Amino acid sequence: MANLRGLQEGIVNSQIWKSVFRVGIPNTNRKRVLAVLGSLILHLHPVKVRRSGVRMSYTWCMGGTSFFLFLVETVTGLLLMFYYRPTIEYAFTDIMDLREQAPFGIMREMHRWGAHAMVIAVWLHMFRVFMTGSYKPPREFNWNVGVILLVLTLLLSFTGYLLPWDQLAIWAITVGSSMARASPGAGNEGPMSGLVKLGDIRLIHAGDDARFALIGGRSIGAATLLRFYVLHCVVIPLAAGFLMAIHFWRVRKDGGISGPL
Amino acid sequence: MTFIKDFVNVLSAGSISFLLLTSIFALIIFFNLMNGRIRSAGGFAFIGFGLLMFLAGIFVPPLLYLGVAYFLILFVLARLGGRLWDTKIGLWLFVFGALAFGLSMLDPNFFLIAAKPDNVPIVAMIFLLGFFTWLALRKAYLNDTQLVVGGIPWEKTESDEKLFTWPDLVYTEMLCMILLTIVMIVWSVVLRAPLEEAANPTSSPNPAKAPWYFLGLQEMLVYFDPWLAGVVLPTLIIVGLMAIPYIDTNPRGNGYYSFRERKWEISVFLYGFLVLWSFLIITGTFLRGPNWNFFGPYEYWDPNKLVPLVNVDLSELMWVKVLGTSLPKLWIIREIFGLALIGAYLGLPPVMAVGPFRRFYMKMGAARYYVGAYLFLIMMSLPIKMVLRWLFNLKYILHIQEIFFNV
Repeated sequence: MANLRGLQEGIVNSQIWKSVFRVGIPNTNRKRVLAVLGSLILHLHPVKVRRSGVRMSYTWCMGGTSFFLFLVETVTGLLLMFYYRPTIEYAFTDIMDLREQAPFGIMREMHRWGAHAMVIAVWLHMFRVFMTGSYKPPREFNWNVGVILLVLTLLLSFTGYLLPWDQLAIWAITVGSSMARASPGAGNEGPMSGLVKLGDIRLIHAGDDARFALIGGRSIGAATLLRFYVLHCVVIPLAAGFLMAIHFWRVRKDGGISGPL
Repeated sequence: MTFIKDFVNVLSAGSISFLLLTSIFALIIFFNLMNGRIRSAGGFAFIGFGLLMFLAGIFVPPLLYLGVAYFLILFVLARLGGRLWDTKIGLWLFVFGALAFGLSMLDPNFFLIAAKPDNVPIVAMIFLLGFFTWLALRKAYLNDTQLVVGGIPWEKTESDEKLFTWPDLVYTEMLCMILLTIVMIVWSVVLRAPLEEAANPTSSPNPAKAPWYFLGLQEMLVYFDPWLAGVVLPTLIIVGLMAIPYIDTNPRGNGYYSFRERKWEISVFLYGFLVLWSFLIITGTFLRGPNWNFFGPYEYWDPNKLVPLVNVDLSELMWVKVLGTSLPKLWIIREIFGLALIGAYLGLPPVMAVGPFRRFYMKMGAARYYVGAYLFLIMMSLPIKMVLRWLFNLKYILHIQEIFFNV
């Protein structure tokens, strides 16, 4: 034991370790403060937190779980991007390859189950925040950011659903995206879109309505796949990342993890 | 065994399970919201409602099942009372649920649906939702028993004490991350992600389902036109959620679990979240089979199941069936009943503002009151439409083909 302790001391006091972490083992209150303040990641947190806010039975840890699953999705998603080409020729066969050839390949599994888990975690997070009345002033705005993040989570999952390009994928997206056709004023089968016309020519038709914009064509095809791929891998994650930064920042600014006033 | 399966099959049909959930929900909420004489009158009303279902069951047999289940749940709830939130009872409920699920897995039809890879998370979600609803209400109940005698909520006793983020919070997070990583790895190794045959735009599966989290919306398509169910209502769900903190001006219950101090908010939210959102997703996932027909959990998904299409519009119901004449030509006369009904429904908030809800109107102010009231009415239009469909086969209340406006 003495040797192990000595080894630990040696590592923690070495120049390499200290250059990275600055503080040694946080065994005094001063060092505990510095450990949090001195780290970019840890300083998301305040130095001190309410005891009630640390309780798992109070927070259910669902906000943290959502964020952690987002990171899991990012990492596994990046790995999947090495194997996957978003074209009709290759999409399905790349997934097949991944399934059959990649050694110990559970990245697709983890990505899919993580996506489902993330949707559930975000719902439960919202549920907890509601049940503790944590959307009340001064946290109204952060609740709104949270609602948008919830929508983005669903859209992330929705756009990702198409990418394997199997029967499950295209028909789920067909059903899901056909709704856009009925948008009032903007879908070719929606109410009031018949009113948008130039003389006798209807301006909203199947070739330029809301659904066309969403899927890039009259039916699910190559353009849809590319569109959803870009949305799934670039646009929505960036938007979600940006909003998450605001969300976490506002948690701090609005008084930390909620608690009774 | 077959009897129990048949019982559950009949019971889970939307017309019954949804009504059952809604009536039990209304019952619990009612008893918690009201007090004094209204409350005891409500007691009789609920027993009367149950008896009515038995009576109606003579003509419509499934309602008999509803009556039985209704009184069964009523009896259990009345016996348990506040003990429902004891850990021991909670554990028993969980064991009962797990046992029921485990035994159901022996049924081949049930197994086929519940063990579908994409449905596994939804099964988990049912248990998680049950557990967390119970947990939240248990903590609310415990706090309320303190608040009622002038005490302070449990969170308050701990909120003034501050802990260092390192180690207390950081270690909790660390443990959560490790645990989640293990869960994700085990889950990924045990269960393979589904992959069906390559996309084929010419052969559509039956049923064609949206991703599972949108199945509540797909279920709404049965009762509303696509522009409402697929575009307007989802938008309003988002708007409604975002409006919550601005409509709810109740300053109490901020930062701790409590039901007593936020009865209305929690009741409406729980109904929306658990019944209108989650239950419809569960229905859409497990109980909707080929042609989007209803199938009990132990029923075989027969693509040839015949379901009579007997839905009628309100106009036809009133003019043809009740008054015995033909439909008037002019739509404004033809739809007069629907227009009156919708007008009365939308006229409720201003009437209530001077009537029984005057207290709310004064407290909230006009803007909050009206936005809140209309969002609530639109939310409630879904269960109303569903119940009307099941009881009277009503398709549209307003069916104005001339201007493409059907509600």
